[in-house]
Amino acid sequence: MGTLARIRQSYILYSFVRDWVAITCFIVVCILILISFLSPFIAPHNPYESASINVMNAETPPMWMEGGSSEFILGTDSQGRDLFSTLLFGMRISIIIGCCAVILQAFLGVIIGLVSGYIGGRLDSFLMRMADVQLSFSTMMVAIFLGAIFQAAFGVAMYERFAVVLLVFIIGLAEWPQYARTVRASVLAEKQKEYVEAARVIGLNSARIMLRHILPNTLSPVLVISTVQVANAIMSEAALSFLGLGMPVTRPSLGSLINSGFEFIFSGSWWITLFPGIFLVLLILVINLLGDWLRDVLNPKLYKG
Amino acid sequence: MEHLLELQNIVVRFALRFGDLTAVDDVSFTLDRGDRMGLVGESGAGKSVTGFSIIGLISRPGYIASGRILFEGTDLAHLNEEALRNIRGNRISMIFQDPMMTLNPVLTIGTQMTETLQAHMDITDEEAAAMAVDRLRMVHIPSPEKRLNQYPHEFSGGMRQRIVIAIALLMDPALIIADEPTTALDVTIQAEILDLLLELCATGKTGLILITHDLAVVSQVTDKITVMYAGRIVEMGSTDTIIHDPRHPYTQGLINALPGSRHTGSRLNQIPGMMPNLLTIPPGCSFHPRCPFMMDICTKQAPRLKYYKEHERQISCFLMENQNKGSI
Amino acid sequence: MNDKKPLLEVNNLIKHFDISGGVLDRLTLEKMRIRMKKTVVHALNDVSFSIFQGETFSVVGESGCGKSTLGRAIVRLYPIDKGSIYYCGDRIDTKDSRAMLPYRSKMQMVFQDPYASLNPRMKVEQTLMEPMLFHNPSMSMGEARDNVAAVMEQVGVDPGWASRYPHEFSGGQRQRISIARALMVEPEFIIADEPISALDVSIQAQILNLFMDAQDDRGLTYLFITHDLSVVKHISTRVAVMYLGTICELAHKAPLFAHPRHPYTQALLSAIPILGFRKSRHIRLKGEVPTPIELPSGCVFHKRCPFAFERCFNEVPKLSERDSGTFVACHGVEEGKI
Repeated sequence: MGTLARIRQSYILYSFVRDWVAITCFIVVCILILISFLSPFIAPHNPYESASINVMNAETPPMWMEGGSSEFILGTDSQGRDLFSTLLFGMRISIIIGCCAVILQAFLGVIIGLVSGYIGGRLDSFLMRMADVQLSFSTMMVAIFLGAIFQAAFGVAMYERFAVVLLVFIIGLAEWPQYARTVRASVLAEKQKEYVEAARVIGLNSARIMLRHILPNTLSPVLVISTVQVANAIMSEAALSFLGLGMPVTRPSLGSLINSGFEFIFSGSWWITLFPGIFLVLLILVINLLGDWLRDVLNPKLYKG
Repeated sequence: MEHLLELQNIVVRFALRFGDLTAVDDVSFTLDRGDRMGLVGESGAGKSVTGFSIIGLISRPGYIASGRILFEGTDLAHLNEEALRNIRGNRISMIFQDPMMTLNPVLTIGTQMTETLQAHMDITDEEAAAMAVDRLRMVHIPSPEKRLNQYPHEFSGGMRQRIVIAIALLMDPALIIADEPTTALDVTIQAEILDLLLELCATGKTGLILITHDLAVVSQVTDKITVMYAGRIVEMGSTDTIIHDPRHPYTQGLINALPGSRHTGSRLNQIPGMMPNLLTIPPGCSFHPRCPFMMDICTKQAPRLKYYKEHERQISCFLMENQNKGSI
Repeated sequence: MNDKKPLLEVNNLIKHFDISGGVLDRLTLEKMRIRMKKTVVHALNDVSFSIFQGETFSVVGESGCGKSTLGRAIVRLYPIDKGSIYYCGDRIDTKDSRAMLPYRSKMQMVFQDPYASLNPRMKVEQTLMEPMLFHNPSMSMGEARDNVAAVMEQVGVDPGWASRYPHEFSGGQRQRISIARALMVEPEFIIADEPISALDVSIQAQILNLFMDAQDDRGLTYLFITHDLSVVKHISTRVAVMYLGTICELAHKAPLFAHPRHPYTQALLSAIPILGFRKSRHIRLKGEVPTPIELPSGCVFHKRCPFAFERCFNEVPKLSERDSGTFVACHGVEEGKI
């Protein structure tokens, strides 16, 4: 391993072990990710298996309340599914959609930002105006449009099958300008530097200069916005699902769980909405706090080696 | 007689996560009214930190660990921020390398100058403006009355540095500290700024400390030189004697390394290696790994700065101690 | 010397930068009419010179005189607007990037800022190997490693440090690595753009010595761009003095420093601080360097020139030979007034 990486890491490590907020957040994120991805093994019930679900158990309150059962720790939802298990499975879907959407965003945004910043001129103006146009539509609007078109064209059954892919696609497409702008700004700064001129004097072609020389030097800000974007993407997904445009109730994400419990909130079954809500807020909060910490650590202006 | 400025065994440290770094180690010198002293060294030698310590601009994690800074009889090292601020900009002025460190880009220079004046003196706007015009005239800014209403970006680099000097002169300071004032400027403008500094000190009331890496510049302006290496003073004396007859091996190396000092086209006399950074200062004399005359004792013990009468200067080198008797 | 064929020949080079910006920035109201204003920086105005094999040709001038643009235009980092550049008799300014490749390994460049000129994410070994392997794709890895070690040794950097990253080196060592990168493709001609001005005094001497040693060993030709006249005096064969994008004097080093002819050269030389000699006077120039956006008419120097007369206001002086090898662009010198 390179010494640079070692020293960088040691600096990150140094500020990490001295920041209890960062440590707590990191531990919480790890736990949340771990339990959601191990949900098939640790969840007491499988919410996708309709055979094990009994509608008679519907709206059982959490175990510590009157009428609660030790079988269902956090109670059940309106269909009689164990809320704790459904929540874990739902969180897994939320995290998967969030991460995949961010990978798509980053892929599109980095390439567009790199080309736009390095080549410049008309192409740059064109791509950046496209980014402006994209940003002027809200994610919701794009999602409602695409979701409605898809449902109309292929039917609801098809939609439910491809809901995850579709959501990744929609959220990924909607927010690439964030990456494109950040990367473009770093590329414009790096492009001025003499090592890029040296590479041109050697005779390297543009693609090689962009990928081998400029790209590695623009990755720190990409890493920072990625954490925030993951949180944003999970939020977007939850919002869409809450509006009924995201994951179907048969395979609920955190958002659709909150939505499905929402109609029962006044009939006394508050837990169906509250617990997924708590988990969603917790997840978003710790990811954002981690992102803030990472931004401070990687910020070259604050970096005092 | 009381000196204008007297540094006594100043030590400046920086508290970093892996321990304390000593940036300035046991630096002492005196400066009288009308003296022009050059503080010379390469980057990291501690010359700027020494300058900053005088006006209390050492900010955390740096601190003055020990020593006294006597300015007109007051110890600045142990003064509170309030009292320091009163002296800074009033009795002591500082000129930086980048004029934009001093100038506020969104205020006209007239506003900036009158504000400074009114912060220290109880005078009307008109009086302040008149004083500002007077100072601008002192630094040879053409049509100063008109220039008062202009913003810093409307001036060229050389003009901006003149304005910074005018601001430094506002309160008739007793001491001016100029940190690399001409490094960012072109030669023709540098020559004019150096002329200006000389002219301002000609009255004999103001002391000047010129911090720079450029020996040629120092030899134009100053009458005393203090050469620093890795946080310590290695040689200190009058400019003429040091430039024409350097005694410390480092000063010799520096002067011989300058192009123009030797036959053109030949190899330059280089000092091998480079200055240690503050983390890796070698034991003993910090120059010994690069010194052509290194002796056994140099690796073990740090030499002390002593006065040598026959050389008319202070030197910190065992070579001298062996040849002559020095006195501290 | 002039009988020899020049290695590099630059003829009537003109380079303007359009800094007007976008459409909205350019709209101006002039005499009640909306017009598109164009703001142009005249970086190089009709620059011509030749560099001969084995010499060190220095270009000096103050900031903004176009000396860096000149170096970058020659290696085609900037496209030129007018004029021609010949390398060993071949015109290179019109070649496309593929046809340019063979010349890329003959011409290299060393930059000013040792902190920006090395890619921070590439190990020294990668940085040095890239140009060599790019120009000799058939070279084996072992051979490439040997070459890297040899060149590192030659520039005075421990080859054992090849797998380190640039931030672990000091400014002087980085500049050595930059020079090593330029030497990797075994060039004939190196353009050095202020290669020592960002370094400490004792390191400057080391790097200058390295340049001189490399020249002796490899028979290199240098185009040395700097503002430091004492460096120029030390290493140059011939010197060109630039002011506002034009060459005002071009001469062999010794006559230039002993008897500067052009009024600007005289002022410039008189302003250099010399160690140990306190100067009583230097030539003071009137006013300030005009911006290269609005060039003065006639001689670019006339507004500051103490000898300016009417002809200087209207007519652009041509660079013409005065004594053997000394070229001056000045009406006053031409008419024998100065």
